Amino acid sequence: MAAIGAMGTEMALDQILGPEASASRGRRRPRFRTWRLVVMLIAGAYFLAPIYAGLKFALQNDANHFSFFAVKALPTEPGFGAAFWLSIRLSFVTVVLSMILMVPTTIYVHLRLPKVRRVVEFITILPIVIPPIILITGVLGSYPLWLKSSPYLLSLMYVILAMPFVYRSLDAGLSAIDLKTLVEASRSLGGSMFATMRRVILPNLRPALLSAMVLTLALVLGEFTMASLDLWETIPVWIVNFQQQDGHVTVAASMLGLIGSWVLLTLIVSLDRSQSRRSLRKTGGL
Amino acid sequence: MPEQVTDVTGPGTSVPGSVTTAPRRSPVLRRLKRVGVPTLAMTPFFVYVILGLGIPAIAVVNLAFRTSTGKFTLANMRAATTGVYRVGFENSIKMALITSIIPGVLGVILAYAIQTGRSGVMRRLVATASGVLANFGGVNLTFMFIAAYGSQGIITLWLHAIGINPYSHGLRLPTFYGVSFVYMYFQIPLMVLVITPALLGLRQSWREAAQNMGASSWRYWRHVGVPVLLPSILGGMLLLFGSSFAAYATAEALTGGIIALAPIQIGDLVNGNVISGQQNLGYAIGFGMLLVLAVTMILYGLVRRRASKWLR
Repeated sequence: MAAIGAMGTEMALDQILGPEASASRGRRRPRFRTWRLVVMLIAGAYFLAPIYAGLKFALQNDANHFSFFAVKALPTEPGFGAAFWLSIRLSFVTVVLSMILMVPTTIYVHLRLPKVRRVVEFITILPIVIPPIILITGVLGSYPLWLKSSPYLLSLMYVILAMPFVYRSLDAGLSAIDLKTLVEASRSLGGSMFATMRRVILPNLRPALLSAMVLTLALVLGEFTMASLDLWETIPVWIVNFQQQDGHVTVAASMLGLIGSWVLLTLIVSLDRSQSRRSLRKTGGL
Repeated sequence: MPEQVTDVTGPGTSVPGSVTTAPRRSPVLRRLKRVGVPTLAMTPFFVYVILGLGIPAIAVVNLAFRTSTGKFTLANMRAATTGVYRVGFENSIKMALITSIIPGVLGVILAYAIQTGRSGVMRRLVATASGVLANFGGVNLTFMFIAAYGSQGIITLWLHAIGINPYSHGLRLPTFYGVSFVYMYFQIPLMVLVITPALLGLRQSWREAAQNMGASSWRYWRHVGVPVLLPSILGGMLLLFGSSFAAYATAEALTGGIIALAPIQIGDLVNGNVISGQQNLGYAIGFGMLLVLAVTMILYGLVRRRASKWLR
């Protein structure tokens, strides 16, 4: 579900923020203002109330007094350390695997196989169409036991789940630079393909790489469906399993996860913006 | 989305390892290289996709028609479309409809309110917030809502204080409508993201033309605005439908699996929580879900083609 949102982010943000947004400025009747104010207030209340409540609840003790006890207790709760460590390992492996697989593939497709681009694009959308719950049951029903008993099976599957984000980030990044000219220049200066990749393409692709990595990281740290069906206790699974013990600690844990992923995602959104501004300036200069 | 990407490499660059790098080699070898190198380069990706996406999907379809001993059977499909599993499907579709139509309409209204507003700060804030919130379902969202609207939630207690008790009216979180209420939290921002480009595509000149011909604001919306936007709105709602129909984590964490929804039933069956030996029934439900999602995506494709007629 989240997946489609991220695709939308990249697509819509520029347009939302674009210069034409102010084009509709015209006559305005006061009646419209009230109407807009009501809509904004209701939306604001609906979206802010749970955030406020979550924060307040996480910073309360059982007597409803302000207290940091839940946040302090969190690291020492049984199982939290193990879950945290597992989530960290899984996200590291997923990010590395995903980059090793997708970066060369996307660059190659851009450079040499533009005809295949449509196909790759279509394939990388598929993990959004096929729900994780179905994918993981398919995996559990078809793969050998030795693979199923390893937690890193989750990493292998997260690479698939992250594909839509990773591909789209890299694709956007590669479209923003003049890849062909850069590669030809480097090659005619005698650079090997490896040197071209390391010293020309990757540095130019840094924002796209970063946003792909961060999206993958946010995905792995928040993923519940696959981990719970594969019976591994990652942080989200731990939160759900632990909820009967202490409500305040559970809410504190999910608020921390939430704030973490918001910071990460807001970072990407602003990164996205600066990247597109840069590419805009570049095309304007040419 | 795919259409937005401009093709940086021209059509002429598709010949790999151009002739200059291979002086005076036999044509067979050259041809081998021309086909072989791209094949080799793309192999890891395609193998990975086949292993991680293809085989699991095929396994679901295959196992949906097998007994636990591996013989072909239609019994799973029959069981999946009757009794409690039929109810699960109906609930899932009903919930997906509710959480695509209502947030769809609300999302359009919200997006319109923001777009026609004069505040650039507001626009920027909502754009960023939508991008973040649309990506945010699952466990953390659930517990935020429990902290607000659970039986001991902050807002529930406020309502108690002013003499309203929503729980005595059956308005509780771990119910069908409770889950729908939570889904709106990521569905509305998703709709805002999807519909904003279409709203921006409504040209000022169309409105002016309509006004010049004496159309009222109502007639403009009735004959121009809504017909132009309708395919985009329907497309957005179809995306929302798919996103809600497939959601598992939020409903599972919120209700502990007591609500009859197709994805939750799959989870229970595959985990062996219900009756062991019925795993393949779970695959049958999964196959049914795949069918529904396939239809949704085909409709989405059709609607999108229609939407691009006027916008851009």
